[in-house]
Amino acid sequence: MGWLGRPATDTQITHGRRLWLYVLAGLVLVFLMLPTLIVIPMSFSESQYLEFPPREWSLRWYRNYFNSTAWMQATATSFKAGILTMIVATLFGTMAAYGLHAARLGFSGLILGILLTPIIVPVILVGIGVFYVYVKIKLVNSMTGLVLAHSMLAIPIVMMVVSSALKSFDMNQERVARSLGASRMRAFFLVTLPQIRFSVVSGAVLAFLTSFDEVIVSLFVSGGQNSTLTRNMFNALRDQIDPTIAAISTLVVILTSVLLAISQLFGKSGAR
Amino acid sequence: MSHPAGPNAAGLRRDALVERLTLFSLSGPALLLVTMTMLVPVGWLFWLSFLDDAGGFSLEHYRRMLVQPSYGRAFRITFEISFITTAICILLGYPLAYVLSQLPRRAANICMIAVMLPFWTSLLVRTYAWLVLLQRQGVINTWGIKLGLWDTPLALVHNLNGTLIGMVHIMLPFLVLPVYASMRAIDQDYLKAAANLGASPTRAFWLVFLPLSLPGLIAGALMVFILCLGFYVTPAVLGGGKITMVANRIATDIELFFNWGAASSLGVVLFVLTGMILYLASRIVRLDRLLGGGGA
Repeated sequence: MGWLGRPATDTQITHGRRLWLYVLAGLVLVFLMLPTLIVIPMSFSESQYLEFPPREWSLRWYRNYFNSTAWMQATATSFKAGILTMIVATLFGTMAAYGLHAARLGFSGLILGILLTPIIVPVILVGIGVFYVYVKIKLVNSMTGLVLAHSMLAIPIVMMVVSSALKSFDMNQERVARSLGASRMRAFFLVTLPQIRFSVVSGAVLAFLTSFDEVIVSLFVSGGQNSTLTRNMFNALRDQIDPTIAAISTLVVILTSVLLAISQLFGKSGAR
Repeated sequence: MSHPAGPNAAGLRRDALVERLTLFSLSGPALLLVTMTMLVPVGWLFWLSFLDDAGGFSLEHYRRMLVQPSYGRAFRITFEISFITTAICILLGYPLAYVLSQLPRRAANICMIAVMLPFWTSLLVRTYAWLVLLQRQGVINTWGIKLGLWDTPLALVHNLNGTLIGMVHIMLPFLVLPVYASMRAIDQDYLKAAANLGASPTRAFWLVFLPLSLPGLIAGALMVFILCLGFYVTPAVLGGGKITMVANRIATDIELFFNWGAASSLGVVLFVLTGMILYLASRIVRLDRLLGGGGA
């Protein structure tokens, strides 16, 4: 028990007297991890009822998911929307971040502020607002409408990631390229883009996830053939608890972990 | 003495301006998209909130918010839940951040994965997991009864308890990250100086460490509070339809009653309140600190 009697650092009380603190921190860590970790064993349970640990193991709920046309259609919609959102938001977001950074006009800050508003406005307000306008222009339940709305939500995220990379990029390099005869565009693609590419990739992954995980706007503007996975999951959660959702959740956890690991890795090497 | 102005100095200046405007136009597509799907819709709702059924100007929707008790209740419960969630996040998050900040960096980074895990898990997955854990025949009740901790199943979900548990779980990382960052930045020599001057460890904590970590705590707590105000999914599912926060009320007004004016006015008030708190917050702490989660 020597450790308990020793002070935590030179100036602090002993580990023993701080034991409650360690226990509390440990419990909070368990609290944070528990929900993510519990769904994985649950998804392999044979039982219709929720029991932990499961008495019998099976792939029943995965089979259920892959054999359901409704779930498959929703999954396809979510992937399609995610990929299209990724393309639109990464393109527009990077263009805007670069343009505003390089133009250095007085009102660039104002425009930046406008482009970042989707982060601040409550999503429910955006959701019903977009729904209202889409009803008027007949974009409700359309893939186009969904992708446009999701891109608007993802653009600020792409811009924040790319802008921070541009801040640490020395624009003089572009000037050198141009004094050597490259056009502005050529200089961007040959000199600037290769150096900020990790941040662009990281922004793109986050844009995909923004769309893939989005619930509230999807609830209002997606439906029918173009109902997203999140919309179907939300509705299923409100009815009864179907263990198929545990299987879907496990797959989603794996997908997002892989994508975020990629984004973290790229983000790290981008920041150097 | 200024630079000798060449004959085409004006031309050059014009070229430079044209180039800057060209560059600026690169933000056009993004600006157009955000205008179309965000500024116009929200602006339109703002406009709608001031119209009555006949289409004339009126403050009817705002007046109803004051008169009809169900609206007042929605705002009261929203603030109550946001406040309680923030308080619990501080009580759980501050000690956790403290322990993490005292660990060696490597160990702290490993523990950080646990803190980031909820961030990385889709909202609906976590909501589902809480249903599995908390419901009447759920994991926690089954184990609690099996271990003899309680006899009858506790009502942990489809009520206020479930909503609070779900929200604290979602918001905790937003508090821990900025607090952890500001604690890491504290120079340990201050604590040694305090000890040198005769302060007990407890006294040194309250008088030196806590005030120095306060900027991170305030930034985190404000962030948590502001984000809580707009919650929809968690109260809808884990509250089991019994917890009506402002966002839920807005959705009901649209889905059930098609009352755009009422929903819009609620949305406008929610937005203005959020904006006001954000503005006040920006006077206390730097805004990028608030949005960037402390940069941990």
